Amino acid sequence: MAAFLVPIHIFIFGLAVPFGWITDSGALYRHWLVKLYLFVLISLPLYHWAHRFYFTLNDMRLGIPREPLALLCYGGAVAGTVVTAWVLLLV
Amino acid sequence: MSEPTITLNVTRYRPGQDLAPRSQPYSIPYKQDWVVLDALNYIKDHLDGTLTYRWSCRMGVCGSCGMMVNGEPKLTCAAFLRDYYPQEIRVEPLAHFPVIRDLVIDMSDFLDKLKSVKPWIIRKTEKPISQGEYLQTPAELEAYKQFTQCINCMLCYAACPVYGLEPEFLGPAAIALGYRYNMDSRDQGKDERQRVLGSHDGVWQCTFVGECTEVCPKHVDPAAAIQRSKVDTAQNWFKSVLLPWGER
Amino acid sequence: MSAVRPDKSKLYYPKMPATWWLRKPSYFLFMLRELSSVFIAIFLIVFLIQIYQLTRGPEAYVAFAQGLSSSGWVIFHLVALAFAIYHSITWFQSTAVVLPLRLGERAIPPGVVTALHIGAWIAISLAILILFLALRG
Repeated sequence: MAAFLVPIHIFIFGLAVPFGWITDSGALYRHWLVKLYLFVLISLPLYHWAHRFYFTLNDMRLGIPREPLALLCYGGAVAGTVVTAWVLLLV
Repeated sequence: MSEPTITLNVTRYRPGQDLAPRSQPYSIPYKQDWVVLDALNYIKDHLDGTLTYRWSCRMGVCGSCGMMVNGEPKLTCAAFLRDYYPQEIRVEPLAHFPVIRDLVIDMSDFLDKLKSVKPWIIRKTEKPISQGEYLQTPAELEAYKQFTQCINCMLCYAACPVYGLEPEFLGPAAIALGYRYNMDSRDQGKDERQRVLGSHDGVWQCTFVGECTEVCPKHVDPAAAIQRSKVDTAQNWFKSVLLPWGER
Repeated sequence: MSAVRPDKSKLYYPKMPATWWLRKPSYFLFMLRELSSVFIAIFLIVFLIQIYQLTRGPEAYVAFAQGLSSSGWVIFHLVALAFAIYHSITWFQSTAVVLPLRLGERAIPPGVVTALHIGAWIAISLAILILFLALRG
């Protein structure tokens, strides 16, 4: 899912909107369907990152102890999910 | 008139005498149609009879002569001198395995792992001889035939960085072999292999680098077997958790 | 007859260097592919912070978006976009290997499956762009 959706969002929000090619007032994000979409879009890839980053850091043999690293990565993904939900509910 | 020559830098290691392997250069005649195995045989026959290495069929079907040629895992009977000439060729023992002597590695871990996936037809219900053979359609054969081509040369283990980093990893050939039997329509042993294949050191250690498939001389594509096994073992696990009473 | 095992005390155990992934181009590309997840995660966090600005009023949101036009952020987003595209393409190539598709009797070649995924990806991206332009308000 991240493979299909992330690139276009980087283009829109990282380049098009900051450069003013597209104007965006942000009103769109108040809609509950959009919030649901954004929740899935933002929180799910965090687990993908957690898994890959944990394995990659181990593969790079940097000597980082495994248990704290696992907590940091997978815990970080869970924390990110909670924060995402909180922000979207606030908006 | 002098003949063209080429230099091979070959790893030497004498157990009990050397602390670590070292590289020894040999200058040999360069022949257009020679492979690295021919060069090693020339060294052993004419220059240095103490050089120790494995080989057998010299035609790419036995899987005995796997070594690192310029850092790449290769069958030395399939690595042509002309692809490297006039550069020097570095010949080292197969990576990620303990070295017994010179170019000979200890493959007992590999053999144990092959055995652990139970590479034989497992039946829940045996068919008596009087009922005849197990029949298989061409399509059923196609489902697993590619994965029967493995010659146990271990080049995939030498190419796999995960096996190098985590020696407990089952590895490409063993998983591909387990997959081969799981996909065989005559086999009923998927559950018996599940514990080994679906374990942390089984398919789930694989991060799909894909190098195993790149180096396989028989085009087995172990990477595909592993990724498909991931789907399989995950499905199997879900079924066993959600439907523990079900008989497949 | 039991197998003869070599004397373990005399075996030489090679060590894998920590820089193993710098030794072969394919290993390096693999590392890049894995690190793409970091850039994607960072982008998503920045995106979340941008959405959070809405709680402080629409002006804060617009101001944040304009702040992203600074050269540092632009470079980050270009790099993140490059990594995200690399991640997408390698993901589609992996999918072609993992899920063999058949059309009746014949297997569809992996290259075709990858191309179909890329086509779908472009279509979905365009759809999202159009939807956004239509609905943004």
